[in-house]
Amino acid sequence: MWTREGNARSRARPAWRFALIALALGVAQPAVAVQPDEILKDAGLEARARALSHELRCMVCQNQSIDDSDAPLARDLRVLVRERLTSGDSDSEVVDFLVARYGEFVLLKPRFAWHNALLWLTPAAAIVAGAVAMFAAIRRRRAVPVAAAPLSADEERRLAEVIDRAP
Amino acid sequence: MNAEVGHYALVLALALALIQSVVPLIGARVRDGAMMAVAEPTALAQFGFVALSFAMLVSCYVGSDFSVRNVFENSHSAMPLIYKFTSTWGNHEGSMLLWVLILSFFGALVAAFATNVPPTLKATVLAVQAWIAATFYLFILVTSNPFLRMAPAPFEGRDLNPILQDLGLAIHPPLLYLGYVGFSISFSFAVAALIEGRIDAAWARRVRPWLLAAWMCLTAGIAMGSYWAYYELGWGGWWFWDPVENASLMPWLVGTALLHSAVVMEKREALRIWTILLSILTFSLSLIGTFLVRSGVLTSVHSFASDPTRGIFILAILVGFIGGSLLLFAWRAPLLRQGGLFAPVSREGALVLNNLFLTTACATVFVGTLYPLALEALTGEKISVGAPFFTSTFGPLFACLLVAVPFGPLLAWKRGDLMGVAQRLSGAFLVALIGLAASFALEGKPLLAPFGVGLALFVITGAVTDICERIGLLRTPLATVLRRAAGLPRSAWGTAFAHLGLGITLLGIVGETQWGAERIVSLKPGDKVAIRNYDITFERTFNRTGPNYAELAAAFTVRRHGEIVGVMEPSKRNFASRQMTTSESALMARGVSQLYLSLGDINPDGSVAIRLYYKPLVLLIWLGCVVMAFGGGLSLSDRRLRVGAPKPARAKTAAMAPAE
Repeated sequence: MWTREGNARSRARPAWRFALIALALGVAQPAVAVQPDEILKDAGLEARARALSHELRCMVCQNQSIDDSDAPLARDLRVLVRERLTSGDSDSEVVDFLVARYGEFVLLKPRFAWHNALLWLTPAAAIVAGAVAMFAAIRRRRAVPVAAAPLSADEERRLAEVIDRAP
Repeated sequence: MNAEVGHYALVLALALALIQSVVPLIGARVRDGAMMAVAEPTALAQFGFVALSFAMLVSCYVGSDFSVRNVFENSHSAMPLIYKFTSTWGNHEGSMLLWVLILSFFGALVAAFATNVPPTLKATVLAVQAWIAATFYLFILVTSNPFLRMAPAPFEGRDLNPILQDLGLAIHPPLLYLGYVGFSISFSFAVAALIEGRIDAAWARRVRPWLLAAWMCLTAGIAMGSYWAYYELGWGGWWFWDPVENASLMPWLVGTALLHSAVVMEKREALRIWTILLSILTFSLSLIGTFLVRSGVLTSVHSFASDPTRGIFILAILVGFIGGSLLLFAWRAPLLRQGGLFAPVSREGALVLNNLFLTTACATVFVGTLYPLALEALTGEKISVGAPFFTSTFGPLFACLLVAVPFGPLLAWKRGDLMGVAQRLSGAFLVALIGLAASFALEGKPLLAPFGVGLALFVITGAVTDICERIGLLRTPLATVLRRAAGLPRSAWGTAFAHLGLGITLLGIVGETQWGAERIVSLKPGDKVAIRNYDITFERTFNRTGPNYAELAAAFTVRRHGEIVGVMEPSKRNFASRQMTTSESALMARGVSQLYLSLGDINPDGSVAIRLYYKPLVLLIWLGCVVMAFGGGLSLSDRRLRVGAPKPARAKTAAMAPAE
């Protein structure tokens, strides 16, 4: 859905995507992401706004934060974030407001909740499971030394040959 | 005519691949030398025909033959010759042809140069290679034929997407494909080992050169893509954790794990089954990297709808190869016996730890990339997983891995002495601490940065320590040191350089992300903006015309402490044929740091909006990757020692002498 909107410039990632971009239609709008007129006078607020913008998704783009995107919607969101911050909202209040309005899709870092458990726990689970398996394997194999299989008649003969030949 | 020749050559290649995928395999089972011998000439001829086919498509592009639909859609007669050439693979069909060209090239290399491989194994490997080749020739011929004509022939083409009209297209996709496809060799070797039910240290030695070559190319390819994105996109990012990027990172992570586990298998005969599994996974992820991305399923589910046959074909290929090889693994792996024993603290143990972290990192990227898709398909809930998620999961994992990197090469095989190694690394610890303190004193905030610098310096000096220890620097006379340095196997140098590169890249990442500066301002002619020690003055705007575009450029003078150091000219290019505008940023390297300037709106009153960055140490990010790839190359040049049957230690030293 979201890929249909937005302009080619904001969707395009040249690297790894040459075939996809070739399909991209539409006219690019010359613009950079954050524009000078959006920047707040208060440097502290502006820094918070920038930090927040990095964590919010431009919903009409492919995997771009509103800070990076030059789509009109991203600009609207950037201005909205700044409005909320100026009116005294805390960072988490701004995020809550945006999630209430646009859904969790707007967050580039999903919340830690049950439906995201698999996502968040995979790294920890993988490393713990891997470590346990590793130690179990080492232990098991040390407990039961590998019994050397007796040589076959053929191997015995070859061994004898090799030993005879050795200087 | 050319298009028809190309088309027909591809059909012939398919026929040869079909023969090669069956006859040598049967030959290897019934031990029929004549049947096995079929594999080599077919592999060579296959490469010949695919090369002919590719050359024909190139000639259509270079000659601007717009009666060929693919050329019409992706080229323009006014484009510079280099872009006419590169646009051959700047589209789906052409890039698939490049993919099979590289595949058949690797197949031919195995046929020609893998002389020390037992005939049954070689025949089986080439047969498996031909299964892959045949499938993809068929895919191209049935769903993505680049040679289709259209009548009547148009006079002019639709032009290549302007963003792709860049030298990056000449380098990035071929390198990336060399990496992806190179891993097909270790895959074929793994599947052949499973079919034969036999595997030993020599197997790892035979696979190693192919693995190294693929890994090198993939490393360089990813770095090149990252640099391309960095200068082309205009907002100064170099890694976006985009699904498309993740798809290339995953094979790299598992491929790197495979490179390390193959060392254990080669030297100690341990981790055999694991190495086989990694070989299968690496190529599987390469396939996913190439094709799921290509089909668009990762970024938009709707892309399948544009051409359902293509999507279903790709899905069938993925299921067939990945599922098939994993089934074969589950069925045959128990036949393979486990090898050597080792204590947890040992070189083997360190390499297992490396594998644990790399595969976990890969699993993290895999889940992060595919989880949103799965969740939406299952529950309809839409979530996004972007850069902040990956930095908070992948970041710590990789930091842990990097702490362990300097220890690995210093540990002894079988049973290592951790305290002894820590002692030998005391110099590296010291350098890391000094770096940490210095960067804390100089820059202070953010707090993460000094630790990053410390870690990077630890990895860098750790790699240097490794070499110093091996050649006995400072402990033995200089003549001995030099003799030892010359006698040190190239692979030891390779390891050190690859780890060195890792540290350098990390240093660049820390510098760029933690200490960068940014200015977003609107300037009128004559206005100045200061960033770090530099003053940038906006002089004027002017028009220029290129071969197939017109551009509006802005000239900026860069001064450092009042002295002019150069001129930066970012621009906006307008490509009439596609009605597209691109923003060309201007970059100025100052040592390994860069000034980066990109142009925003140009207002009627003559003012321009600009985005200006100072990016400290940024070039180290890619320089480190080049050093890594160079390390791979050094190790690869050790090949004379790698290929062939195992030799006793004495014979090995004798063989090493002429190499010096």
